[in-house]
Amino acid sequence: MHGESPFRKPLILGDKSYHQITEDICRPIEQRAGKLYYVAFALAFTALLWGVGLIAYLIGTGVGVWGLNRTVNWAWDITNFVWWVGIGHAGTLISAILLLFRQRWRMSINRSAEAMTIFAVICAAMFPLIHMGRIWVSYWTLPLPNQFGPLWVNFNSALLWDVFAITTYFTVSLGFWYTGLIPDFATVRDRQTIPFMKIIYRITAMGWTGRVKDWQRFEEVSLVLAGLSTPLVLSVHSVVSFDFATSVIPGWHTTIFPPYFVAGAIFSGFAMVLTLLLVMRKVLHLEDYITIYHVENMNKIIIVTGSIVGVAYITELFISWYSGVMYEQYAFINRATGPLSWSYWIMMSCNVISPQLFWIKKLRTNLLFTFIMSLVVNVGMWFERFVIIVTSLHRDFLPSAWTMFYPTYVDIGIFIGSLGIFFTLFLLFSRTFPVIAMAELKSILKISGEAQKQKQAVLEPEHAQH
Amino acid sequence: MDKNNKVIYGVFTDPDVTLAAVKALRREGVRIKEVYCPFPVHGLDEAMGYKPTNISVSAFVFGATGCSLAALMIWYMNIHDWPMNIGGKPSFSFAENFPAFVPVLFESTVLLAAHGMIATFYFVTKLFPGFPGRNPDKRSTDDRFVMEIDLSEQSLSEDDIKRLLQKYGASEINHP
Repeated sequence: MHGESPFRKPLILGDKSYHQITEDICRPIEQRAGKLYYVAFALAFTALLWGVGLIAYLIGTGVGVWGLNRTVNWAWDITNFVWWVGIGHAGTLISAILLLFRQRWRMSINRSAEAMTIFAVICAAMFPLIHMGRIWVSYWTLPLPNQFGPLWVNFNSALLWDVFAITTYFTVSLGFWYTGLIPDFATVRDRQTIPFMKIIYRITAMGWTGRVKDWQRFEEVSLVLAGLSTPLVLSVHSVVSFDFATSVIPGWHTTIFPPYFVAGAIFSGFAMVLTLLLVMRKVLHLEDYITIYHVENMNKIIIVTGSIVGVAYITELFISWYSGVMYEQYAFINRATGPLSWSYWIMMSCNVISPQLFWIKKLRTNLLFTFIMSLVVNVGMWFERFVIIVTSLHRDFLPSAWTMFYPTYVDIGIFIGSLGIFFTLFLLFSRTFPVIAMAELKSILKISGEAQKQKQAVLEPEHAQH
Repeated sequence: MDKNNKVIYGVFTDPDVTLAAVKALRREGVRIKEVYCPFPVHGLDEAMGYKPTNISVSAFVFGATGCSLAALMIWYMNIHDWPMNIGGKPSFSFAENFPAFVPVLFESTVLLAAHGMIATFYFVTKLFPGFPGRNPDKRSTDDRFVMEIDLSEQSLSEDDIKRLLQKYGASEINHP
């Protein structure tokens, strides 16, 4: 038997059978939602409508309705873009990188984390599009001849790399996610009794039968897609950071950006995964599958990535002084002491100081504390992007061009709208999709189930002594 | 007894028992047509006598295609058709500008490799929206391992096979 050390914590609590796993995970799909769900949905959907209305207003009137000006020409829009893309990264990290490292605890969380990735990238992609002002010419970013002559897109431009990176990232994540969903949709399909549900899940399951050869290919495809997604996810946020790093703006023009952005992305992404899953496990009664051990593991990743981010901030400060370039030095002095220094100190305290509290085991296994911290980290990471973008721009080379940036209600409203889009999609997902990868979880039940592990320890007592 | 296209199903509840049964039955000379599983059972493909899948070759082929097409596109657009001189940094040859082209080459490789492989997988596994599930026992996507045995291609008698199935742990033996 392929047992596992009894010292490893079980990943599935209680005495579950394969059928019980199916029941527990299909329950939200087949039962009516509670009152709280509809309240949450109404809130999220209202925010979505508000955001969509403001986007219509923005497109109809022009980007002048934002608080942008000639000096600060990127502000909340690109902050939101980078923030949302970053959030997406945790999903791919969990499903791809943890698959390559054979981390079994990923199996309870990868499905919903990947869903989060897809929805976050949808929110992210919206911002550069509406920031173009004339969204109807957004196809100019595609490699097509310009209509005024044989002028093509410029492949030397980081902004074009971004178009390719985000497109690839979104579509590949979607394909990876959907391929993993097919066997679980088949499980849902085969238990439906209502004709409407039968038709829907027959379409989504695409005729999966679970033959031996199918599973053999399925596993190979999952492995290769994980192998492809791993460098992809690291490249995406590197390319996002090139949007800044290849420019000559003091505060942006640094070689540390790619690794620093990737670490920050995973940091904020895990925080968002925790925000969502801590609520989801309670509401959908998945406490046996998403356990304290899973939460603790995610908190450990938050400590690691949060510390990397902290080191990056300090390195940036040191290098700006060491460079001897007065503009570079001023950019950082202005960040820490200028008129927007409050945002810098929010960033520092939320991202550098607060995650260090997770070194204490009591705190990182406390669900309420983790939930609050996950919100704190997301606030901090939003401010990180705000600090990088706005404080670098608002006082540039010529003091006569210095300005301040003040968001308008359209800036704020579209950000709230993007949160509405995200939560609406996630709430819809949580009641129509199998939120946990059932087939994968069943394959580890005999190894990592709590009752199964106890039986194992009784059968092979010599294991317990070593 | 009509021996043509008669099929029986041995239903198992445990992956390890299923794996052992497949090995034992094949040793006894029973030809197993198919096993429908709710999740991947490691070693079952080998026990069934399947060769390792070479579906990952498709990822390589599509990836190489993606990389070459992207290189051709970039060369045509930015080097051949309309070389741009930006900030005194002209792009007159592909080799000189190669570092700036790496991100797009990489993304295009991954884009085609991943989608090409997914499409290949759907094609060879016959997956398409709306196809009916062809698993004979609906419980095989939940918690049962269903072994399909076509009696028309066996050297052993039906009773012998049933006895073997029972011996190696089948919880039920069903006729369609």
